[in-house]
Order: sequence, then C-alpha cells, then structure tokens
Amino acid sequence: MTAADTSARVDIATHPKSLAVRRFKDSSFIIIGILATLIGLGTLVALVWELAADGAHRLNAQFFWSFPSSNPAEAGILSAWVGSILVILTTAFFAIPIGVLAGIYLEEYAPRNPVTSAIEIAVNNLAGVPSIIFGLLAVGLFVQLLGFGQSILTAGITLALLILPVVIVATREAVRGVPQEIRQAALAVGATKWQATQHHVLPYALPGVVTGVIIGISRAIGETAPLILIGGLTFVAFLPITRPGDATFEVIGAVDEYGAPITPDAVETVRIDHDGVVVMPDFTEMPVVAGQTYELPHGATVQSVATWGDAIASWSPTNWLMSDFTVMPIQMFNWTSRPQAEFLELAAAAGLVLLAITLLMNGMAIWLRYRLRKRIKW
Amino acid sequence: MQILKHAGKAVAAAVAALALSAGAANAQQAFTIQIDGSSTVFPLAEAVAEAFQQQTQGRVRVTVGESGTGGGFRKFCRGETHISNASRPISASEMATCRAAGIQYVEIPVAFDALTVVVHPSNPLRSITVEQLRQIWRPEAQGQVTNWRQVNPSFPDLPLVLFGPGSASGTFDYFTEAVNGRARASRTDYTPSEDDNVIVQGVATNTGGMGYFGLAYYEENHSRLRALAIDSGAGPVEPSRQTAENGSYAPLSRPMFIYINAAALRRPQVQQFAQYFVNNASRYSAQVGYIPLPAAAYQTYLQRVQSRTQGTAFGGRQAIGVTIAEVMARPLIVEPVQQ
Repeated sequence: MTAADTSARVDIATHPKSLAVRRFKDSSFIIIGILATLIGLGTLVALVWELAADGAHRLNAQFFWSFPSSNPAEAGILSAWVGSILVILTTAFFAIPIGVLAGIYLEEYAPRNPVTSAIEIAVNNLAGVPSIIFGLLAVGLFVQLLGFGQSILTAGITLALLILPVVIVATREAVRGVPQEIRQAALAVGATKWQATQHHVLPYALPGVVTGVIIGISRAIGETAPLILIGGLTFVAFLPITRPGDATFEVIGAVDEYGAPITPDAVETVRIDHDGVVVMPDFTEMPVVAGQTYELPHGATVQSVATWGDAIASWSPTNWLMSDFTVMPIQMFNWTSRPQAEFLELAAAAGLVLLAITLLMNGMAIWLRYRLRKRIKW
Repeated sequence: MQILKHAGKAVAAAVAALALSAGAANAQQAFTIQIDGSSTVFPLAEAVAEAFQQQTQGRVRVTVGESGTGGGFRKFCRGETHISNASRPISASEMATCRAAGIQYVEIPVAFDALTVVVHPSNPLRSITVEQLRQIWRPEAQGQVTNWRQVNPSFPDLPLVLFGPGSASGTFDYFTEAVNGRARASRTDYTPSEDDNVIVQGVATNTGGMGYFGLAYYEENHSRLRALAIDSGAGPVEPSRQTAENGSYAPLSRPMFIYINAAALRRPQVQQFAQYFVNNASRYSAQVGYIPLPAAAYQTYLQRVQSRTQGTAFGGRQAIGVTIAEVMARPLIVEPVQQ
C-alpha cells in the first residue's frame, strides 16, 4: 500500500460525489469512442453491403474478361482494369523514386534555412490541392505543351504528381524515426553521409516508406476527376498492350498532300504497292497482290499487312505508354449515370472490385511493414 | 543493401526502356477514330462504335469519351478528336474557335430525344403548359414560387421540390432556352445533378418533386414517376417516340448531332465509320432509348457524309421545336477558314 493509494482513498472518502462524476465521464468516453469507431466501420460495412446486394451476382469471369458494351449482359471491365494497372505502374515509376529521393534529401541533407522551410510548406500544401487542379495542369502541360496526348503516360505522370506529397511526407517521417545513434555510429567509423544513409538509415526506414507509397498508390487508383479532364475515355474496346509480331494494317490507297488516304469518289483505279487486302464497303475482304491495278468501289479501303519482321522491328515493350485508355473509376462513373438498371448493377460490381483492390493494397502495406520490421535488429 | 541495389537496377532499366520507346511509340497502333463530347449522345455512339469494331474485326479502333457537348467541341476545335457528339447545335463561339483553328466540319443529326418533365406518381397533375413551366423555372421564380398552388389554384397544395441537370449539361441549355426563352437562364434554387439517376431518385422520393431529363430515363423508371403531357398551345401532348418523331411533342423534343472533322472524313476509316453510323443510327437509337429520325432524313445525311458537305444549319443558335424536315430544308452555313 503506497502513500498515493492512501491519499486517493482519503480523497474518495471525502469527495464521493466527484468520484461518481469521474466514473461517469470515464464510461461515457468509452461509449462515445466506441460509437465513433463504429460510424467509420459501419459506413464501410453498409457500403460493401449495398454494393454486394446490387452487384455481387455480376462478378463472374465474363465480367472481368469482356470489354464495355452497350448491351449490359455482355459488358465487362477488361479494358478498365488493364488500363488501371498500366496507369498505376506508370505512376509508381515516377512517384516512388522522385518522392523517396526528395524525402531523404529534405530530411538528411537539406540545411535548415528559409528556402527549405518554404519547400516544406509547399509540399504540405500540395497534399491539400484538389485533384481536379492537377488535371488542369496536366491538360496544359502534358497533353498540349509536351504533346503526350490523352495517353497512359499523361495519366501516370499526373497521378504521380498527385501522390508525390504523400510519398515525400511518409519518407520523411520514416527517416526521422531512425535513431540518431545509428547515423553517428556509421559516421564515426568513417562512412560518408550517403553510405550511412544507404546502408543504415534507408533500410530501417523502409517499412515506413513502403507503407506511404502503397497508401499513395491506393489513393491514385480511385482518382477519377483529373483523368476525366485529361481525356480518359469511357468506351475503349481494345487493350493497349501489343505483342511482338502483332501485325497491324496500313492503308495504302490514294494519299492527299498531308499523307491522309483519300476515299475514291466513285470507282477508282488503284495500283497496289504491297501485298495486302481490300476491305469493301460491306466489310468483305479481297486479297490483293503487289504491282497489280484494281478497280475499287467507293468507300473501299486498301490495307497492306505489315510483315512479321516489320512488326518485330517497330515493336517496343512500352508502346502502351502512348495509348488511349480508360480506368476503373471512369467506367464505373459512366455506368452509374445510365438509365437502365442493369448498368447500375454493373457499376456496383465495378465498385466492389475497386474496393477489393484498395483493401488488398492496404492489407499488403500492413503485411509488408510487419515483414520488413521483423528484419530490423538494432 | 540488396533490396536497394535491385530497386536501383529496375529503375535504370525502366528509364532506358522509356527512352527507347519514346520514338517508336504509336508506330504499331491501329488507326483509332477518336470521338468525344455529349454524355447524352454517348450511349448511341458507344453502341455504333462497338458494332463497327466487331464488323471490321479490330482493324479500325474507335474510342468514345464523354467530356460533355462543350468539352467535346473544345477538343474538336483543337483537332484532337475526329468526331464530336453534341446534344445541341454548335454555338457561335464554338464556330469561331473552330474557324480560327482551321477546323471544318460536317454536321449530322443522328436521333431525337424527348425531354421529359416528371413528377411524383401521387401528384394528380396530368399535363402542364409551357407558360406554367416557365413560371416555375424562370430566374424570377427563385425563392418566390415554392408551392404548386402558386402556379395554378387547381394544382395540389404541395411544396415544390425541384431537380434538374447541372449548368454544364446540354440538356440544361436546351430546356432553359425552350422554356424560359433564353439559354442558361434558370432559377438556381433547385438540386442540380450531372447524373440523371439522382434526379430520378429525387423526384421519386418527394411527393412535391419535379424534374426533367431524357425520355430513356423516364421509360426505365415509369413505375416510380409520372411524365407530364406538355401543352404548347395545341393541347397536351404526351412524350413518346411517335410524338417526338412527328414533331407534335414541342418544344421539348430536340435533335442530337455528331460533328465530323471534314479533313478526317477523307480518311477511308472515318468515312466508313460515318456511313456506318448514319446507316445504323435508326436501329441503335431505338436500342439505347432514343427516337430515330425518319428514314428519308438518314438518306439525306448519308449523301452529306459521302459528299463531305460542310457547315451547320443552325448558325450558332439553338434549334427549339424544329422538326427534322425543317432542319433538312435549311441551307448550310459554312464558315470561311481564316488563313
């Protein structure tokens, strides 16, 4: 029995009423706290429940492997999820190195002066800028000025800028959390600052950095507004990925001064330069041979088949960067605004998939942090 | 640190790949017809694009966006798209922008939509005059007209709860001009939404609710809503496919358009797609809930596509309550391109 306990007992004995009040406050806080927690959790459960009730029966293989369609029974999210993955890969490619390097520099190297403070304030403010503003920037800078067009590259860089503050702030927090003694020990045995950072600070900061990166990326996955602004499309019924040897067709009909092929006004005599195929106005095809002349009806398209060698030579593993695209949130947004109830079900199913991806990524962040922390032995 | 070395190598490899691809990118892409614009026209364009790609077995790619009529024209007049979907004719300022950029276009009406005024099914009202609509929606009604009774003593004693499309919508532009006499002049104390399903939801759950949107949204929700017949002086007319097509559902039936870049129309792929659009617009309009034009109109517009006849029949103004026959009879105004 200590003196403090005794004095507390005296206190209780002389102020019985105030004890009741304090106990009431204590239990009230617990109840309020539980309620506050349940509101967040309840919202998530209600959301999942609502989406599952509407859309769960749409989640089948056909939904994942079909392109969007005006017929709801045939519509799917193939181009949307492939687009989302490619955009996110591009985002990660730009955001991770830039964000982590900036974070390390600000925390380990930058001198404490007004310029650094200004940069810090700017980074923190950047995190609060509405995402649509990034879209406006992207339209002017990437789409028009730099000529990237409405491509996956533009979308990826835009989202990278959007999540950059998240990555920078997370990196700084993680680097700051590494004990000063670790750095001093490394420097004391003659390591340069970069050696100390590379071999000691960064490995220990890695769990925090990884968490920040994944949370940033899971935010980017759900972004719609800036992507709609830069021209994310809604109906895309092809995949941006090409394989080496994917032969495509080149139109070799008559060509105007800009190199654009001209439709013969009536029947036109066309000399064929390469082996190829003529697509008639009714879409029937006729094989054609190089060096021959053919009479073609109005609306016919002459196409030469690129050879396998040509296709290999001009193929690059990143052709998809300049491709048109759509992403999951845009596809979902389109379906929610359609009149037919079937499209609303598709939207709910797409929402479920999006939620599952986000939960999966956040789960992965927790797991990775746990795994990486276990390897740290100070 | 092993992980960091690998990460460093991966980044270096990716940078190299990116640098290599910059030149070669796009070389192997099949030609893509780019369409953007009105979200109202979107379902029709999507259906046609889908069928066309199946017909051509992927040799011609078609993408469709929905930046809205205005957003679509901005891209179109910068030459970024080949075709622009529009739920109203090109405006005078858009004509000027296109002219300045040297973009010429072929204007093709593709279908009709009947703007439908809806109320809660418990509302005893069956029809409404255009003048009464104006009393409800005009800017001066803001904060003043708050009960159905105020419009007409025979109307039910219910609070007036209004829902409508947001000001970025072509539907808003058309309705305000047709009802209030001036485009974009509207009271603003209503619940706006770019998503018509929100308007459906709002009117279906408010006994005094009123809203307006395209006929397709009413047809999908007719058990939860009632459409009012519109009286523009010749007696009440119900919105339907027949009344929109024969022009009697006035002034709320409106044509929808595609604008095709005249230079792009010289490309065989775009030419084929445009012909396919006009030839099949009737079938796909009906499928997605719009009202097809008469067959003779599609014949005329097929010839316009083939001859690449440029210009607009509207001179930058809205087309309120015109029938397709009147539109076809109008001369086309071609803007001279500035050099």
